[in-house]
Amino acid sequence: MTIAMLTPVLAEIWLALAGLVLLMIGVFRGDKLTRLIIALTVAAFAVALLLIVGPAAQKAVVLNGLFITDSFAVFMKALILIGAGLTLTLGLGFIRREKMERIEYPVLLLFATLGMMMMVSANDLISLYMGLELQSLALYVVAAFQRDSLRSTEAGLKYFVLGALASGMLLYGCSLVYGFTGATRFDALATLFAGGNGEAPLGVIIGLVFIAAGLAFKVSAAPFHMWTPDVYEGAPSPVSAFFSVAPKIAAMALLMRVMMQPFGALAGQWQQIVIFISVASMLLGAFAALPQHNIKRLLAYSSIGHVGYALLGLAAGSLDGIRGVLLYLAIYLAMSVGVWGCVLAMRRQGRMVEGIDDLAGLSRTSPKLAMAMGIFMFAMAGIPPLAGFFGKFYIFLAVIDAGMYGLAVVGVLSSVVAAYYYLRIVKVMYFDEAADPFDSPMGREISVIVSLSALFVLFFFVYPAPLLRGAQAAASALFP
Amino acid sequence: MDNPPLLSLIIAMPLVGAVLIAWIRDDDDSIVARNARNVALWTSMITFILSLFLWTGFDTTTAEFQFVERRPWVEGYAISYYLGIDGISLLFVLLATFLTPLCLLASWDAIKTRVKEYMIAFLVLETMMIGVFSSLDLVLFYLFFEGTLIPMFLIIGIWGGPGRVYATFKFFLYTLLGSVLFLLAIMAIYQAAGTTSIPLLMAFDFPFETQRWLWLALFASFAVKVPMWPVHTWLPDAHVEAPTAGSMVLAGVLLKFGGYGFLRFSLPMFPEASAFFTPMVFTLSIVAIIYTSLVALAQEDMKKLIAYSSVAHMGFVTMGLFTINTQGVEGAILIMLSHGFVSAALFLCVGVIYDRKHSRMISSYGGLVHRMPVYAFVFMLFTLASVGLPGTSGFVGEFLTLVGAYRVSTGVALLATVGIILGPAYMLWLYRRVIFGELTKDELKDILDLSPREIAIFAPMILLVLLIGIYPEPFLEVIRVSVENLIIQAGGAPDGIQSTALLVE
Repeated sequence: MTIAMLTPVLAEIWLALAGLVLLMIGVFRGDKLTRLIIALTVAAFAVALLLIVGPAAQKAVVLNGLFITDSFAVFMKALILIGAGLTLTLGLGFIRREKMERIEYPVLLLFATLGMMMMVSANDLISLYMGLELQSLALYVVAAFQRDSLRSTEAGLKYFVLGALASGMLLYGCSLVYGFTGATRFDALATLFAGGNGEAPLGVIIGLVFIAAGLAFKVSAAPFHMWTPDVYEGAPSPVSAFFSVAPKIAAMALLMRVMMQPFGALAGQWQQIVIFISVASMLLGAFAALPQHNIKRLLAYSSIGHVGYALLGLAAGSLDGIRGVLLYLAIYLAMSVGVWGCVLAMRRQGRMVEGIDDLAGLSRTSPKLAMAMGIFMFAMAGIPPLAGFFGKFYIFLAVIDAGMYGLAVVGVLSSVVAAYYYLRIVKVMYFDEAADPFDSPMGREISVIVSLSALFVLFFFVYPAPLLRGAQAAASALFP
Repeated sequence: MDNPPLLSLIIAMPLVGAVLIAWIRDDDDSIVARNARNVALWTSMITFILSLFLWTGFDTTTAEFQFVERRPWVEGYAISYYLGIDGISLLFVLLATFLTPLCLLASWDAIKTRVKEYMIAFLVLETMMIGVFSSLDLVLFYLFFEGTLIPMFLIIGIWGGPGRVYATFKFFLYTLLGSVLFLLAIMAIYQAAGTTSIPLLMAFDFPFETQRWLWLALFASFAVKVPMWPVHTWLPDAHVEAPTAGSMVLAGVLLKFGGYGFLRFSLPMFPEASAFFTPMVFTLSIVAIIYTSLVALAQEDMKKLIAYSSVAHMGFVTMGLFTINTQGVEGAILIMLSHGFVSAALFLCVGVIYDRKHSRMISSYGGLVHRMPVYAFVFMLFTLASVGLPGTSGFVGEFLTLVGAYRVSTGVALLATVGIILGPAYMLWLYRRVIFGELTKDELKDILDLSPREIAIFAPMILLVLLIGIYPEPFLEVIRVSVENLIIQAGGAPDGIQSTALLVE
């Protein structure tokens, strides 16, 4: 093995080393350096981003077929690193005020991110599971990071129990697939199934169902969504922000790769599953969010709905569909980061508030924040010309192209229902009488990130070409 | 491209104004408000003047799209930034640019809170409206079409009356529900034809079965916008709660999106489906004309009454459009145009006394003619225009649509004529109750007549209403060739008879 062979894994190696070094610094110098370590973690993400984008993204399979890198992986990893870096930065003010300044926080998130990158690049059921577990274990701990808070510990425990169950199902599915085929490598599986005319032994199908269920849990698609509202509400807000972006993108990437590559020939088998969880998620995301009073809970349901839309693209199973999913995820990243930035700015007399009612009259007390939040809400509702509209547009275009008209109708109708609760937030901010103002300043990092995402969401339509091109290249990597 | 991109300029102009307003900063709110008002008014005036160049530079001898601009936009899809106007869209663009400054003037004193945001919302709305009428790409059209929802949602919701939240949600969700089906239709069209360019699609031949589904999806969106019975219920709510200028622009321009949509998409792209569904459209139109006229008779609230009368007028529009003959379509376009001025003016008439006495109830007024002679005159003029008295703009359109309908079906024309009788009934009765009679109510004894600002708003509308009523030729001339082209596309046979010739006989 030569060093050159490790080039495709460079970013992962870099992150692993950076994590170890930062952990050592933290252990020896103590919690007072947390802010510095967060800054260094973000810097490490930035370097990793350069490392994956820098070397021309050629397709390569290394480490005895465990690890694959291609333009799809590069695109998804870029989203993950950007999402992780931004959400980590958003939490700076929060962890200082809420006494969460412990060095384990950034380091755990760094390892979780490393796990996500492994997931995206997995080319084998084993490395898939390893990446997934590295991510999950780190996140279980982070969810319960506010040890003194009952809600946070409860969220962590709930997440752990349900997450472990899902991992178990996934692993069981993997073992079934291995038992019936004798292979764990994606390319080997793909070759095996390719000759089967879309048929496979029953054991493989059952294994596929288990794998799909486990992954559906990780992307928090209905009916495996139960943990999401509780964890989003209970976990410290910066952690919820982190949850809503990077892990979701990573799990979606994994789901897409697993379905399209090893099980690509079995599309007829998994398509029904994906259609079902997609429709269930869209409807649940639309209806269950209606009665919510807590903004974090509402965003949890909203994210379930968004996953439903993204899955529609996968259900279409075409190149256009996958490209639609990638675009949707990129736009979802911008909207989510922005919205969570706004949520983190909701602080009154030194305490975080989370009620939707607390936003009352925000347009008078802090017009800029209200405007940003309004932009994100209209974008999430999918109203043109904001970016959220284009996310849905490409997905539905692919769905129509695949001839699934009924599915498209269900999708757009549920988006109208969902529009109601997004509008309700706009209503509270703009039409209601003003409550007490939020504490100001909200923090420079929050205002910068929120403004940037708002600008992206607002002006995406002017020049969508670069993102379209990136997604096109990435999606075609899944289609040999 | 040799010419300057005039259409883009007109679309961008209000946005420039909105950005300028967003920059206004001062500690004193009244200064901010004053500057915002002035900037908004001036930009909308400049926009209007620019749009007049469209009129002067327009070639009325061709049905081709003019002032065309085209740039690649969405890579990988055949979707482009594609603008252009024909005779039909020209009039609507002018309607939008003409009404916006008047709306801003109408809200000069009426809007006292958050003036800056109000002006920004209105200018953004203007951009969207002009964009709708000048897009030649389906996706671009949809972008503008839906984009109007956001500013309108805020205008009703923030500056509206007591029931504004319910009204604005109803408005938004109703429209959105129709529009998402339109969106799916756009995608299905794109999938079938491989393009979203409207001129190309007009020439594309869809199979009949596809046409029917697409037509229905488009109908869902446009019928809500028009609005047609039975999906009109959002309109009275939205009108009652919206601020005066909001009602003006809603009735004046936004309702025209529906009729324009039928003209631009349903008729030329799906001619067979249009013919197939014509009986349904006629039925709904007749129901709208008669039923909503009767409902209007029973109203206690002036704005609600005018809102229902709008639905009735729009019934004439949809009836005229689907006659698919020259008189019917030209008449429908003229009704839309005339309704744009007349209903806006009527809402303003209500706004004028609402600003003074803060009541929209008919029973709160009576005998206003003794204190407000000028107002009584203006209100009378628009009342008569609304009922279609010869010599006003309302007459020409209604007459032409009835001629068109008569040529298709005597029964339809006969039933529609009932609406012509009911129209004067509710409008004149409204007028009698508000203006005539004894001035008995004490709180009305000190009411003031129209201010110079209000007269300045009404004057141009009065001029246009009379001009179209007496000499509609300049307007008909603009649309004639486009309408004939449309009728050929829609499978009808245009006849040589000029509509004005009929009027002279």
